[in-house]
Amino acid sequence: MADRTETERRPGTGENGAHTSRDGAPNGPEPLPKAKMPGYFEGETVTRRALFSGGAMAAGGIAGAAIALPAIGFALGPVFDKVEEVWQDAGPPSDFSPDDYTPKVLTLDTTVGEAGKTTVYIRKGNTSLGERTDEYVAISTRCAHLGCPVRWVSPAQRFVCPCHGGVYNARGEVEAGPPVRPLDRFKTRVQAGTVQIGPRFSVNSKLERFSARDPGEPLDGLWKYLYPKRFSVPGV
Amino acid sequence: MAIRIPKPPLPGRRKPPPPQERVNGEVTVKDQAAEVGAGIVGWVDERTGVGGFTKGMLFRKVPKGTNWFYTLGSATMFAFLSQAITGVILAMYYDPDPSRAYDSVQHITNDVFLGSIVRGMHRWGATVMMVLIFLHMGRVFFFGAYKYPRELNWIIGVVLLVMTLMMGLTGYLLPFDQRSFWATIVAVNLNGTAPVLGPYLADFLRAGPEFGATTLTRFYAMHMLLIPGLIAALIGIHLYLVVKLGTTAPPWMKAKLPEPLEKERV
Repeated sequence: MADRTETERRPGTGENGAHTSRDGAPNGPEPLPKAKMPGYFEGETVTRRALFSGGAMAAGGIAGAAIALPAIGFALGPVFDKVEEVWQDAGPPSDFSPDDYTPKVLTLDTTVGEAGKTTVYIRKGNTSLGERTDEYVAISTRCAHLGCPVRWVSPAQRFVCPCHGGVYNARGEVEAGPPVRPLDRFKTRVQAGTVQIGPRFSVNSKLERFSARDPGEPLDGLWKYLYPKRFSVPGV
Repeated sequence: MAIRIPKPPLPGRRKPPPPQERVNGEVTVKDQAAEVGAGIVGWVDERTGVGGFTKGMLFRKVPKGTNWFYTLGSATMFAFLSQAITGVILAMYYDPDPSRAYDSVQHITNDVFLGSIVRGMHRWGATVMMVLIFLHMGRVFFFGAYKYPRELNWIIGVVLLVMTLMMGLTGYLLPFDQRSFWATIVAVNLNGTAPVLGPYLADFLRAGPEFGATTLTRFYAMHMLLIPGLIAALIGIHLYLVVKLGTTAPPWMKAKLPEPLEKERV
């Protein structure tokens, strides 16, 4: 109160003047009592207005969520929907040799007609490649770079991709070009004298098996943690 | 004592139209038509106040030096409108079923009256829109029009650019020929290479681990409903901010300072 007479009539003349008279609260007249809303009672914690506006917002939020959540779940559903394991006949064992690949056409998706079919290159296990003679190797034609269809060039004993120059050897390992891992494979089995082809799986450069990944996703070292297993594909 | 009811405020009357010159004192058909037109405009304006909004939007002040480069944004918007109109018409004939999509596009191109023109407008218009949106972005960048207080409009513009690219991606699949099929395979795999979330994003785009019939319908729904709706809404906000904040002068225009400051200018 001591400096009041000195500064109250001279606002904005200096730091002192601005401090005491601009905010006015300590020196000005008593503030008017706050107007009480209808329905006010002593000791109320929530005003009627706050309760109603909060209630209206909550009701609107619930109504919005009731529409939005099922819609989002509907759109995201396929990400979490596991597809069934399907085994398809590829032909009798006599169709396949250990020295060269035999192309067979399989159906990956039954809903898109010709677009759902794919070529699979199949051969018997070859002891010179470190494989058992009773197993079958089924190589996917999906290039591990970006998914173009690779072709087996028998004279060169190489898989060649038409898009960006990926080249793979007879075991599907990368020889040249941009692919980040070997060609994917399909599970195989022999049942009732017929070679059957199952779900696709991916391999890293040591031919260790992983559940099917999309092209362009490396699986060596730390990369396998950056491209985790999807919910939609069967495990290895 | 009579009760006084307060009168509700009423909008002022419009100015009476200036007296028309009459031929032989008769009201001509032209006069009557003008009267009807003004009447309809006035009726709508009195109830919506749209006149003031339209005036503020169309007759706003623009800085000196405004030139043809400032039309690139509007040009992009009209390219979008052209895409929207031709797209709606194409949707009347297009069939997003994997066994019929290709044939329905051939039907549009070869059989439907003016089909090749409308499809051509949509197909080439997509490229035109892509070129225009990049030119518009370049104009804004090189004129410094992204600076305060227009940063938010730049951000909205970036979202619009990404959405335009998404329109290109989703629309490319719809003819469903070899090129669009394999391009989509590659594009989805590119999305899959994003770390951690990429594999799930690819599954979302394909509606599963393999390309299927729902991939086509999904791309179609995104192409014709989801993304255009978002683009239209964002263009609205973009335009609102342009009108509210005004446009910038070109960087070579010097602001005129008050006299005393003008002398100090180096």
